[in-house]
Amino acid sequence: MQGFTRLKNLALVVIISINSFSFGCQRSNVEVVTIKGSDTEVNLVQELAERFMENDAESSLTITGGGSGFGIASLINRKTDIANSSRPLNGKEQQLIDKQGFRVYPVIFAQDAIAVVVHPKTNITKLSLSDIGKIYRGEAKNWKEFGGSDTPISLYGRQSNSGTFVYFREVIVKGEYDATVKQMNGTAQIIEAVKQDAGSIGYVGIGYLISKKEEVVNGLTPVSLIADGKLPISPLDKTAILDGSYPLVRPLFQFTNGEPKGKSLQFLRYELSEEGQQIVTSNGYFEINELQKKANKELGIGLN
Amino acid sequence: MLTDINHKRISANDSNLNQRLFADNLFYWIFRAAAALAILVLLGIFLMLVINGGRMFWDIGFGEFFFGTVWNPSAYGAEKYGVLSMIVSTIFVTLLSMLIAAPLGIGTAAFLADFAPQRLANILKPAIEMLAAVPSVAVGFIGIVLVGPAIASVFGLNNGLNALNGAILLAVMSLPTVITVAQDAIQSVPDSYKEASYAIGANRWETLVKVTLPAAASGIIAALILGTGRAVGETMTVLMATGNATAMPTGLFDSVRTMTATIAIELGEVPFETTHYHSLFAVGAMLFLITLSVNLVAEWIASGYRKRGQ
Repeated sequence: MQGFTRLKNLALVVIISINSFSFGCQRSNVEVVTIKGSDTEVNLVQELAERFMENDAESSLTITGGGSGFGIASLINRKTDIANSSRPLNGKEQQLIDKQGFRVYPVIFAQDAIAVVVHPKTNITKLSLSDIGKIYRGEAKNWKEFGGSDTPISLYGRQSNSGTFVYFREVIVKGEYDATVKQMNGTAQIIEAVKQDAGSIGYVGIGYLISKKEEVVNGLTPVSLIADGKLPISPLDKTAILDGSYPLVRPLFQFTNGEPKGKSLQFLRYELSEEGQQIVTSNGYFEINELQKKANKELGIGLN
Repeated sequence: MLTDINHKRISANDSNLNQRLFADNLFYWIFRAAAALAILVLLGIFLMLVINGGRMFWDIGFGEFFFGTVWNPSAYGAEKYGVLSMIVSTIFVTLLSMLIAAPLGIGTAAFLADFAPQRLANILKPAIEMLAAVPSVAVGFIGIVLVGPAIASVFGLNNGLNALNGAILLAVMSLPTVITVAQDAIQSVPDSYKEASYAIGANRWETLVKVTLPAAASGIIAALILGTGRAVGETMTVLMATGNATAMPTGLFDSVRTMTATIAIELGEVPFETTHYHSLFAVGAMLFLITLSVNLVAEWIASGYRKRGQ
């Protein structure tokens, strides 16, 4: 008799699980949105997506990194719905897109600041933008040329698929990177390598430099930047970043293939909402400015 | 054919035999197709690499591709597609790794074949083979956190992301191949050689160095070449450990970027059907040819020693 009850219980469990299984299948109206690209953006977008999905059970967002170049290539090759990119499209990419005959909608959803970091033993605390350019073009070999210790300079950077790699080259290097730049897989790897190497210099997104508790990562020095004839500005100076006086601030983009629709559009709108922008700020990035808000609005995506 | 004879002998028998013959034939063709598939896949890969890679020469000249030292496909100014420094880097790291792996590998193989007590060999052999099962990402991780800092502190450098780091890790990864093949070669030297050597008064060391190793030489060389093939194609480990600077290497402590690392880093970002895309396929085709010829040479040398061993 007891055996029979057990059997009955088992049958009940089976029936319940079949039910919940078929219930699971009924959620087939879930819309899947894939987002690929920038490693600078991946953690931020991940968090935004998680919060978005909490409020919207009918959406499923998958986010992967790989670099801005990878995201844009995926968009062109039609393997993603949204491409994260920390740089605008370049001429070659624009050409390929024109050839395929679609329009890309560039939405700016956050701003990022780049910090230049060195090992504390270099005794460097500030550098002019042109000196940093010289260093990365390989025209200077020792830190004593810039008032630092007598240590050979050891260069760290990202790989060419990185938007940060391209942005830093356009704004600071203004030429080819020296061929001795060690190309690291990601920003976290640059930070680890700079900590270990007594002659190191690297560039990182500021979100990676400051922990959630507002503490600066130990073992490296954020360099204050000197733009032509101006005072040095620390990358930790938030007001300088927001008012645009810190020289390395850039917009973070999300590109869609054609006009965003459905869940993609809803997600983009969520990112631009007050709640979305708060998440942006709490992750060490910066909210978009009035000009960028206006540009989004002209695309038909921005909010009032 | 065997089946024909059987057929005549039991021809009086019934359809049962036909059924068995049919099954026999069926499986003969299934296995034959499986074997052909392997060759077809190999041929397909090669054709795809060559066709895609060959299209690069529409855009870039042979000379610039093979003898250019600057590889910069996403340049600020003009794009450069010179593979020479990455070929040199690949060969440099690989040969360096073989310099490290050869004494270790041959020594271990000789020890296992001629000196180790059976019980010790029974433990050592599987342990060495386990080494081949360690994922390359894990080896690369060890390179970043352990070997790199160790090299930096031993040689008084600022960082250990260099050719030597990659070579040490590749040596460790190719050791199982080298040891297994070299041990087979040493064991296949006839005992009579060694007995003759001992009979004229040679000790064990003299016998090993002057008789056994020379007799097994072709097999040992084949082992080293197979190890080289293993090292040339390794990607993740060198990608993580060598720093990936595209400059032409000038010494042990320079950061290098190999052919495999270049493909792994860049293939994800290229839009299809561009010069950059095709040139990465050309690099892949070159790698394929290198590993193929390395394996063919090893096979050729090894077959030579097998014949002589008989």
